[in-house]
Amino acid sequence: MKNNRLTAALLLFAAACIAIGLLNHQPAQVLMKAVTICLECVGIG
Amino acid sequence: MDNKKRTALQAAAALVQNADLKGLFTGSIYKGPLKSVCVPGLNCYSCPGAIGSCPVGALQNSLSSLSFRLPYYVLGLLLFFASLMGRLVCGFLCPFGLLQDLLHRLSFPKKIRTFKGDMALRKVKYAVLLFFVILLPLTVKLTPFFCKYLCPSGTLSGILLALSDTTLFSLMGSRFAWKAFILAAVLLLSLLLHRPFCKYLCPLGAFYGLFNKVSLFRILQDPQSCIGCGACARVCEMGIDPSKTPNHTECIRCTACITACSQKALRLGIEKGNKKQST
Repeated sequence: MKNNRLTAALLLFAAACIAIGLLNHQPAQVLMKAVTICLECVGIG
Repeated sequence: MDNKKRTALQAAAALVQNADLKGLFTGSIYKGPLKSVCVPGLNCYSCPGAIGSCPVGALQNSLSSLSFRLPYYVLGLLLFFASLMGRLVCGFLCPFGLLQDLLHRLSFPKKIRTFKGDMALRKVKYAVLLFFVILLPLTVKLTPFFCKYLCPSGTLSGILLALSDTTLFSLMGSRFAWKAFILAAVLLLSLLLHRPFCKYLCPLGAFYGLFNKVSLFRILQDPQSCIGCGACARVCEMGIDPSKTPNHTECIRCTACITACSQKALRLGIEKGNKKQST
């Protein structure tokens, strides 16, 4: 049970982090990077 | 769950995460809104088929950004996946894990289960997480160190892109050669060892492993049913003993131990409040 409470707290904390990120338009930052070929990732940049 | 069913689920997960199949033929990448969402496994966002973002790449990008802000969104998603599933992501959802699994099933003159220093070497992935994913990108701006110097998934994406884009091919130099060496080493070692990248280098596996004991879905053991026959430890490709530590940080929840247990002492599920179980 103790583990389940910790899990619930972690999930709530994760949801709160996602919500703060959404409010700060952070998905747009992720999108901006992800829609161009990442040259570092493919071994060029 | 038998291996065939798990492989089918892994393949389905890899396909869903790389659903932009036309990109594989045109050498372009998907640019739609889904790319703002991180997928749970290691799947480079520059893979021609990828419809989501790699969480490790997105985290490094945020940390090494010139206008640094705490990446709540990416950290929240990572924490969400970790608290929900732990390393179940590695066993079922990671496309790079699937690739290593398939290679390991090919026949090879010798297969190694473990070796001297195996467990010590597995600590390297925590150093990769700390230094290459967090500290170095935080201190040297605009440099995603893990992606740039280590990630074999990105190299594979580069190769897939270069197959249909010769300009990209002509730009590949010494750094690509280094990354191609790492990719080749991982793929060749996969023939000999089970999941070498997951065991020794993957920062995502290191992170998820820390949550294995507390994730919602975890391996549950009924100590009263366990007869200590050791069947679970014998089939474990990660080299752990599920009867002693069912939710070890190295457990990728492939469920081989559950299938091997004749007493049904192990299962994957959510812990119920009143039943006495060991985790």
